[in-house]
Amino acid sequence: MSKRINPWVLAAGAVVGIAAVLLTALGNPANMGFCIACFIRDIAGAAQLHTAAPVQYFRPEIVGLVLGSTVMSLASGEFKARAGSSPATRFILGAFVMIGALVFLGCPLRMVIRMGGGDLNAFVGLAGFFIGILIGVFFLRKGFTLKRAYEATKAEGLILPGLLTALFVIFLTVPALFAFSESGPGSKHAGVFVSLLAALVVGALAQKSRLCMVGGMRDAVMFRDFNLISGFCVIFVTVLLGNVILSKFTGFSTLSQPISHSSELWNLLGMVLVGWGSVLLGGCPLRQLILAGEGNGDSAVTVLGMLVGAAFAHNFKLAGSADSVTDGVYKVGGIGATGKAAVLIGFAVLLAISLFNSSMFKKEAK
Amino acid sequence: MIDARGQSCPIPVVMVQDAVKKGNHPAELQVKVDAMVCVENITRYAAAVGYAVSVDEADGEYTLTLKK
Repeated sequence: MSKRINPWVLAAGAVVGIAAVLLTALGNPANMGFCIACFIRDIAGAAQLHTAAPVQYFRPEIVGLVLGSTVMSLASGEFKARAGSSPATRFILGAFVMIGALVFLGCPLRMVIRMGGGDLNAFVGLAGFFIGILIGVFFLRKGFTLKRAYEATKAEGLILPGLLTALFVIFLTVPALFAFSESGPGSKHAGVFVSLLAALVVGALAQKSRLCMVGGMRDAVMFRDFNLISGFCVIFVTVLLGNVILSKFTGFSTLSQPISHSSELWNLLGMVLVGWGSVLLGGCPLRQLILAGEGNGDSAVTVLGMLVGAAFAHNFKLAGSADSVTDGVYKVGGIGATGKAAVLIGFAVLLAISLFNSSMFKKEAK
Repeated sequence: MIDARGQSCPIPVVMVQDAVKKGNHPAELQVKVDAMVCVENITRYAAAVGYAVSVDEADGEYTLTLKK
């Protein structure tokens, strides 16, 4: 279908890719210049909603992405407070998308960044993500909808931007209130203001371009519309080139990849959960942050669902653990019994939500 | 008139796609949406299946008229 690609999508993809590589060079964990799931998980840890010591840090990137979207949408007149589209369902979907992402060890954006870092496990995740999107598309074609949102007061639209701003000010002024990792991914981060600034720019561009990892494949499958997927491709190429230029690229492999495991079945299934849940939500975790920034209260609830999902993921040991080497022996990571159960429960929950909100289960309102 | 106001992506486009298919490519379709992103998405889809689109805005809502 349309060959028309919005140049803003290409620009946003390139800037996301460059920012991701730079933030990693400046201190963020490897292949984690941006990761919405990991960073919300780290904030959950910093606020001690979970107490997994290696993943606690107040990530300014999350604040920046949301505020960048708020500023851009206010400037363009697109900021619009709205809410009321099945918020409780969205909360649960947000939680299970988070659990799926933490089983795989990354949101769809980090999946692309990992691919550009040569991590073949992320390509397995991509296959799962695509399968999940196909399942979601199946239900969209069966009339799936979480019903419409309605206009809300501006105050409702500013809840998440306001909450994150307040928490960020507390983090800057009274950091002792938060927990911070001394080792592990949570201890690795670029400077506070460079992280914030990079995310502000990316958030603004993501708002302007409507960049969305799940939207790309979904639109390509449903409408042969390759607009959004072009952003996905540009991020991959930019990150790959960036890693090559900075001599960080060591070829493609499944083994010894940073913060990644080679338990491939669960890489696949975790991302099926993410893809499917994100299609039902109408956008990937990054897109939920951006929508929340432009006044969407339903997306704000989704982000809070992700925060709680992250806390559950670590309190109940659902999250994946990375491959490691101990005394010269390579140990494949992955997830434990509770994590496997959570993924399967997630499929059951998503199936129920998909069925009960599709027109095959509803009387058609004419 | 298709009322796609307040719907999440990509449901407004799915509603238009359904109407195009069920109506066997009708000569004219009207859609109401309340977000610029939906205007862009529907316009891209409509152009790809051979419709010209005109947009009227009133009170933050957009009425798209698709014509063959």
